[in-house]
Amino acid sequence: MEKVAVIGIGCTKMGEHWEKSLRDLSTEAGALALKDAGLSGKDIDALFIGNMSAGRFTGQEHVGALAVDQAGLTPIPATRCEAACASGSLAFRKAYLSILSGHHKIVLVGGAEKMTDLKSTGSVATLMGAGDQEWESSIGLTFTGLYALMARAYMRKYGLTREELSLVPVKNHKHAINNPYAQFNFEITVEDVMKSPLIADPLRLLDCSPITDGAAAVILASEDVAKDFENAVWIAGSGQASDTLALHGREDVCRIRAAEKAAKMAYQQAGVGPDDIDIAEVHDCFSIAEIIAYEDLGFAERGKGKDLLVNKETTIGGKIPVNTDGGLKVGHPVGATGIKQIIEVVKQLRGEASNQVKDAKIGLTHNVGGSGATAIVHILKKELD
Amino acid sequence: MSHRSSIPLYWRLQKSKYRIVGSKCLTCGTIYYPPKTLCPKCRSKGELENIQLSGKGKIISYTVIRTPPEGFEKYSPYVVALIQLDEGPKITGQIVDNPEKVEIGKKVTPVFRKIYEDGEDGIIHYGVKWKIDEQI
Repeated sequence: MEKVAVIGIGCTKMGEHWEKSLRDLSTEAGALALKDAGLSGKDIDALFIGNMSAGRFTGQEHVGALAVDQAGLTPIPATRCEAACASGSLAFRKAYLSILSGHHKIVLVGGAEKMTDLKSTGSVATLMGAGDQEWESSIGLTFTGLYALMARAYMRKYGLTREELSLVPVKNHKHAINNPYAQFNFEITVEDVMKSPLIADPLRLLDCSPITDGAAAVILASEDVAKDFENAVWIAGSGQASDTLALHGREDVCRIRAAEKAAKMAYQQAGVGPDDIDIAEVHDCFSIAEIIAYEDLGFAERGKGKDLLVNKETTIGGKIPVNTDGGLKVGHPVGATGIKQIIEVVKQLRGEASNQVKDAKIGLTHNVGGSGATAIVHILKKELD
Repeated sequence: MSHRSSIPLYWRLQKSKYRIVGSKCLTCGTIYYPPKTLCPKCRSKGELENIQLSGKGKIISYTVIRTPPEGFEKYSPYVVALIQLDEGPKITGQIVDNPEKVEIGKKVTPVFRKIYEDGEDGIIHYGVKWKIDEQI
């Protein structure tokens, strides 16, 4: 099979950018990625952009056209990809497949979300568009609420304590401190998490990812182009799977089957297993999600995910550092998150990360849409096989 | 204000939302709530018919929503539970009891309630919430 590599990366600072619009953010990230690759706009064959809900966040639809127009890249084809919080990874996968198909050689893939133009209750309602509008949103459920239902069921089933759950944000805040792009740059303790306001019991404020404006972009290229790039990081595996839209449709709410399936696909294509992964970026939209991710990805046995935290195996210096950039404590501009994860893995494999893991050669990204209705996993390698 | 103002949306969901009417696949026997128009297990071989559900069930998880979405501000905090209905399917719904009374495993029974008022001039949406079944 044809090989595809990431040859350029760029992202904006994550945070509340009251001075910047969706178009400013996406253009900034795209320009940074082109600069990083040493390419110009004329080299780009197509653009893909992940965006969850510009229509509800800002009123703007037709986001592919907006991005390509603002970047001065017309008339190349521009496609918006949407799978809620997994929109960024979906755009990445579609761009990858478009190169594999032979249609394109060099593709710009971005992800962007402008979330702070709405007041927070509006953002909460908009994010819930990722759930089931007729049966979940309509009763006043929120995304924190859905993950809270998963968290309480998990705690009951596997005996996870509230203090153990707090180890996720404590670790990710610690990792985010050195990240210049992160929305949060402060360390927290288990006690801080336990004292933070309840949002949806048992989840508290510090269990949650923030509402963020931001954009991220990467350049993908086919093997004949990418082989000349010293920094190229290769896509070794790509998996995508689906599950029921609503949480109530799932047999077991303590696991995300779409993530298990997507991981299996990616591992199989890459010819590696969980033990081969040096670093991973997982979708920690709420603290419980990271523990479930460890298990869905095969890093831990079912119910034992917390052991990795307690033993600091997923902290930098541990056996398998997870969310070395701070995870979604960097910010969670939903459509950009999947690309932000890819960028951190690329930096680690290039040896340029703020929390560099020594000799990282294989990295994984795990991006979840909604409460688990879409999951996308990618495996990247430093060396071309 | 939003899509929630849609009268057709609530009109077409009336039977399932007001009376807890689900669907049953005559081919494999699976009961669905919310109802479906296609059985995901049998697909083209399935044949669905409406079925009246009791709405009774038990709590398998719950949360208390303290940061509500737009439109639900005045009801906050409120309890939302994941409920396993006696007939099999799971559904999420609000629990009308105080959070202190809510526990995993408790039996619940449905009650007809106002769910949401769409502003001063908008329509009022009714539907089912659940209460802890004290008889058990």
